[in-house]
Amino acid sequence: MTPALRRWIFLAGAAGLVAFYLWGLVGLPGFGDYPGPYGDIINRIAVGQTNATGVVSAVNFEYRGIDTVGEEFILFVAAAGVSVVLRHLRSEREREALDEAREAPPTSDAVRYVALILTGPIVVFGWWLASHAQTSPSGGFQGGVVLTTAFVLIYLAGQFLAFQRISPTDLTEAVEAVGAGGFAAVGVGAVALGLAYLTNFLPLGSTPGGVFSSGTIALISFFVGIEVAAAFVLIVGELVEQTLLVREGTK
Amino acid sequence: MNPALAVVTPYTVPAGLMDALQVTVLVLIAAGATAVVVIREPVRQVIALSAYGVLLAVLFLAFQAPDVTLSELTVGSVVLPMLLLLTLAKVRRREK
Repeated sequence: MTPALRRWIFLAGAAGLVAFYLWGLVGLPGFGDYPGPYGDIINRIAVGQTNATGVVSAVNFEYRGIDTVGEEFILFVAAAGVSVVLRHLRSEREREALDEAREAPPTSDAVRYVALILTGPIVVFGWWLASHAQTSPSGGFQGGVVLTTAFVLIYLAGQFLAFQRISPTDLTEAVEAVGAGGFAAVGVGAVALGLAYLTNFLPLGSTPGGVFSSGTIALISFFVGIEVAAAFVLIVGELVEQTLLVREGTK
Repeated sequence: MNPALAVVTPYTVPAGLMDALQVTVLVLIAAGATAVVVIREPVRQVIALSAYGVLLAVLFLAFQAPDVTLSELTVGSVVLPMLLLLTLAKVRRREK
């Protein structure tokens, strides 16, 4: 095939692609246009049915709770996969954390102070997000990742030893397992009562969005929160350890 | 079911203002994404990616998804860049 022929074939293909693309664009609904009935129905009935004013949480943990269980275990398996891939190999030796801490360049005061000031508020904010799924914009996932940020800040403040102390791998793995298992267990709890899997079987409370409202939505979100936080802390911790402590070569 | 509870917004935003904000953010997103691709030095690229994460968070906020904003802000502009920087540090140390 000559280069000229190849170019013609490419140009014909590209022209076809552009034509199909433009044709597809012409048929798109307008910006912000929502043709389906599902979202409108959910918007109208969700608060009344679940007593959660955070409708996103109601959708995530109630209407499509079974999908969220699947997503939950995707993250669980991902974190487990990272720990397996980054496990200590026989050909690697580990440095003492203390040696590493002595050699590391000092962290600037600015970073230390910012981390110090932000850690407390971030823990409170993340905890509030994870445990108040019934109000917007809360939810387990964002609560969990915000909590992770607090651990990252402690590491950034140069406190690698503190980071290791507050998130020992065994404990983090256990918390992650409790979070993932708790979600599934809430679903099984409904089955034990003779209801469909993940049916909201707890009292919904009297005030929509109140602290004790929305039944299993808030409970599931809490489990999701600690699962997500533990999974991310585990992943970050494994990479920190790989970077700082593990060296190639035998002991 | 209580229909009085459904979809009541206590505020109104002038129609043109919201459109202007969304268009501005979309243009910034396009510029930011291009910048991340154009920058070739890995550490600088990670910093650009982190800034792009903040932009995406603003985008989600402008499109009324505050929960996604919080996730994007932490995952996209803190955790992901941190994982990439740690990996870069590990790779460079091995190269030495």
